[in-house]
Amino acid sequence: MSRYLTLSALAVLFLFPLAWSGYASLEEPSNYLQMARFGEGLGTYAGNSVLVSAMTVAGTLVVSALGGYAFARFDFPGKNLLFLATLAILMVPYATILIPLYVLLGYLGLQNSLVGLALVFVMFQLPFGLFMMRNAFEALPRELEEAALVDGCGTFRAFSRILLHAVRPALITVGLFAFLASWNDFFAPLILLNDGASFTLPVAVFSMTSQTMGAIDYGMLQAGVMVMAVPCLILFIVLQRHYVRGFMSGALRG
Amino acid sequence: MTVTSGTVTSRKVQGWLYAAPTAVIVGVLFLAPLVLVGWMSLNRWPLLGPAVFNAPENYLDIAGNTLFVDAVFFTLKYTAITTVLLSLVALGLALLVQERRPGVGFFRTAFFLPGAVGFAAAGLLFYGMLNNDFGPIDPLLQTLGITDEPVRWIGTPNLALFSTITLVLWRFAGFNMLILLTGLQAIPTEVYEAARSDGANRWQILTRITLPLLRPTLALMLILSVTGSLLAFDQFFVFTNGGPDNSTVSMVMVIYREAFFRFDLGGAAALSVVLLVVLVAINALMLRRLR
Repeated sequence: MSRYLTLSALAVLFLFPLAWSGYASLEEPSNYLQMARFGEGLGTYAGNSVLVSAMTVAGTLVVSALGGYAFARFDFPGKNLLFLATLAILMVPYATILIPLYVLLGYLGLQNSLVGLALVFVMFQLPFGLFMMRNAFEALPRELEEAALVDGCGTFRAFSRILLHAVRPALITVGLFAFLASWNDFFAPLILLNDGASFTLPVAVFSMTSQTMGAIDYGMLQAGVMVMAVPCLILFIVLQRHYVRGFMSGALRG
Repeated sequence: MTVTSGTVTSRKVQGWLYAAPTAVIVGVLFLAPLVLVGWMSLNRWPLLGPAVFNAPENYLDIAGNTLFVDAVFFTLKYTAITTVLLSLVALGLALLVQERRPGVGFFRTAFFLPGAVGFAAAGLLFYGMLNNDFGPIDPLLQTLGITDEPVRWIGTPNLALFSTITLVLWRFAGFNMLILLTGLQAIPTEVYEAARSDGANRWQILTRITLPLLRPTLALMLILSVTGSLLAFDQFFVFTNGGPDNSTVSMVMVIYREAFFRFDLGGAAALSVVLLVVLVAINALMLRRLR
């Protein structure tokens, strides 16, 4: 019984900040109206965030599914080198890579660009995505692919028509991680985006704390926190199983 | 199925085609920037305007950059405190929700839920929650008679560090708990049963059986926590903004300031290279000690 008391007390501590933020944001419903009109408007910021997240999820899924298939089923020169180079992304500090990326994306004409930001997110998601997808394709029985090949399918048709369906759970996990990372990330958009109209939600809501005119509107700030947090909370609760599975396979093997 | 040399070649080509998007992304967005940051660190590279080769000036400047030297010590202190507290809290939580009992799933979710919120959002949440005029914490503490007057949560160096660590514990304890749970669940129940029938008490089971068997998982958690703390940025930038009086400026914050407040990308690049080398060295050292 004392264990449940401890657990309940801890649960209150962990859930209290979320509950308070929700309450504080709703105390004055005008908080949300204020926020909707802040800066370039909520529609712009939320739209940017949705766009970047959608491009990141799509890009991560395409690249890591194709790459995972290659690493699980094919032998090609440089295979190990490429795999090691991809995993090395995890070893390099975020700042070390973002400072030169700021310059490099400028060379590529992708400065202050949501497409550039999404590409950077895809790169950061690739170690996890490739690792998950390689393991998922390796776990499929070879007969599944061979049967399709014997039926006259090319490898791409076997891949797109049959194998992709079989690795759907892994795709959901990779997509979920890519969404949470790109939706929530603060440092990359802070460095790579420099025009208010292209800000994503975390950077835009942060800028509410540095208004030069007047006091900080804390109620509006908590409304901003909720707009960022609620989609993640819902998605996490709905897809919890997939999150934990991705976590287990990553944690155990990594 | 017999495989002729022709199909081996075609499978090599096909493998390359499937791997090509990965190779392009890794090459253009990871390896090229890695080379570029090295080259930038050898140049006077202003935010705007042409670069001029000036090696090794950017590296020599680091020793005289008092903000960075202070940030190194502050970040190490923060990393040590955070890693110890985070490990203890995560281990406590994991042990509490380890066994499958009714309701345990709810508590696991409750402890993890803050981890689904973005770190910047969590920082802004605490920024409001601990504000003296707006937040609920000060009135609550005063009603309970714990404090007499509002606490300046981010107003003094020590309190700012304390508040930031509280934020980090809230946001990451569940995440680390989840890592430890994967390790705990890999320990066979027979081991516990054998220990219990030999008369071992709870403390002996924890220190003699659970912790030694959990070593690889603990190592993973420590490496993630040390790496994450050494690279701390969001929590200080969003929550304390480095203050008061630059007392909570982390290493990555100095890199950011160097690049975008002082417009010196070359200096920022040199600091980034140093950070990379230090991080790889620490990780290699930890891997060797812990494995």
